[in-house]
Amino acid sequence: MKAGIGRRSLQYLFAYVFVLVALYPIVLMVSSSLKSNAEIFTSPLALPKTFGLDTYRKLWEVVPFADFLLNSIMVSVTSVLLITVTSSMAAFYLARFSHKWTGLLYFYFLIGLMVPVKLGIVPLFLLMKKLGLLNSLWSLILIYTASGIPISVFILTGFFRTLPVELEEAARIDGCSHFQVFWRVLLPLIRPALGTVVIITFIQAWNDFFFPLIFIQDEALKTIPVGMMVLFGEYETDWSLLFAGLTLSALPMIAVFLLASRQFMEGLTAGAGK
Amino acid sequence: MGVPERQQIQPKRKAKPRWLLHLFPLPALILYTLFVIYPILSAFTYSMYEWKGIARGAFVGLQNFLTLFQVEPFNKLFWNAFGHNVIYFLVEMVVQNGIAFVLAFLIYRKIRGAGFLKAAYFMPRLLSVIVVGFLWKLILNPNYGALNTLLGKLGLEEWAKPWLGDPDTALLAIILVNCWFGIGFAVLIFLAGLQSIPEELIEAARLDGAKGLTMLSRIILPLVMPSLTIMTIFTFIQAFEAFELVYAMQGSMGEPFHSTDTLAVYFYRLAFSGSGGAGDVSIGLGSALAVVLFFIVASVSALSLKAMRKREVQH
Repeated sequence: MKAGIGRRSLQYLFAYVFVLVALYPIVLMVSSSLKSNAEIFTSPLALPKTFGLDTYRKLWEVVPFADFLLNSIMVSVTSVLLITVTSSMAAFYLARFSHKWTGLLYFYFLIGLMVPVKLGIVPLFLLMKKLGLLNSLWSLILIYTASGIPISVFILTGFFRTLPVELEEAARIDGCSHFQVFWRVLLPLIRPALGTVVIITFIQAWNDFFFPLIFIQDEALKTIPVGMMVLFGEYETDWSLLFAGLTLSALPMIAVFLLASRQFMEGLTAGAGK
Repeated sequence: MGVPERQQIQPKRKAKPRWLLHLFPLPALILYTLFVIYPILSAFTYSMYEWKGIARGAFVGLQNFLTLFQVEPFNKLFWNAFGHNVIYFLVEMVVQNGIAFVLAFLIYRKIRGAGFLKAAYFMPRLLSVIVVGFLWKLILNPNYGALNTLLGKLGLEEWAKPWLGDPDTALLAIILVNCWFGIGFAVLIFLAGLQSIPEELIEAARLDGAKGLTMLSRIILPLVMPSLTIMTIFTFIQAFEAFELVYAMQGSMGEPFHSTDTLAVYFYRLAFSGSGGAGDVSIGLGSALAVVLFFIVASVSALSLKAMRKREVQH
């Protein structure tokens, strides 16, 4: 019995030590952002003595953070919209109509799950240049949309297949066109799967730093992650400011997560099968 | 019973032309082909040409590949980076996935605060990799960083190190940061695998006298194999694509002295920054490296998926 209690507390210790490991660096980031530089350097671990938001005011002045934020929102929201519309249309077709080529087409989309898109970056760069999209938010929107399509088609096709066909047949007898069946009947039904797709692709677009690093030169067009590079390049020694920048970058996603943590965790693992 | 009737009625009612339907997958198909498939295929052809800056020169066959593998310093840099990718994969498998499995198992065997635990482990994953890299760069700073200060407070001053400045510790430090980032996701994948085991199977094994380690190794592990395989593939792909964290923490040269260089960072250098080790930007060599990386990642993930399918059919 005693051994049981001993083992049990060891399990709890292990589990909660890793909570500390996971959360402490994030807490440190936020608390350091509220300190002065002197305080960070003399007592990096202590909680801030005063809650000063001066650093944030300064951050707002030295880098165009509002621009970064706006660009990030613009890029992520537009890509997610395009992904959900195009992928659900493709998935509807793949799940409901069997022609010679639907199997092949499905497989073609799935290839994208295994192909690291970043390896095509040189041709992609030249393609964007040719299209005149370098240094434009559209270069990011297009690449996030295209690279989000395979996982979304995969998830949505699987979900469409679980819906009973009778529903559509009934709607069609009532005189609905294919488009109406899709739009009025099926789309509302696949909302849970759409939620998953939205979460996966939104995080992808919001956090990415590779593509803007290569496509975007103009400071006013940078998204938050590359904006951080500007900050770290120019204010290397102002740690208070750096921590504030990191905190502000992380905040929107953490806030959304706290509101819907279950959907987040379920959504992100849903792509990984069972 | 009603269904056959409906099918008889259906064709009469349908006035809309059927070809419109084939337009449904078109937008996705075009975007995906143009911005995912076309660039990757182009990388294959790019790798077989000579390049001067961004101007394509003569067809050179496999010359770029030969250069990559036979000419110094390219071959040395390749194998150096390749070795680091392998270490990246192995350390993540042991540390990240090992710890994650234990944590998932603890949650599976009922622990108080399971929801909170999952969310807490998952939290780092929400940050952009660049934010993770910069944050840890500050934490690992040799003079003012929180880690060395913490070690000092604990009376372990001699453990304090310039973690990212020392070629012996830099790579490991980066990989462990990556583990910190990815552990929550692995916990969720393993937990989903554990929770999909039918309760009756566990109960039956228990009645047969299985417990503790026997239960874990003989019953549970084989049954969660699919989630282990999936996580192994994810870890492999991620380890061989490792770029952002290294770039954020150690720059495009894989400082110090290429001790943290990975294939993707080397690729970036060859293709964009003109310091692939020697000489100018080389799109030819960069594309050849991309093709090699592509084959490494695609073949391993295809093989493990196939292995997984087989195992699934068997049980």
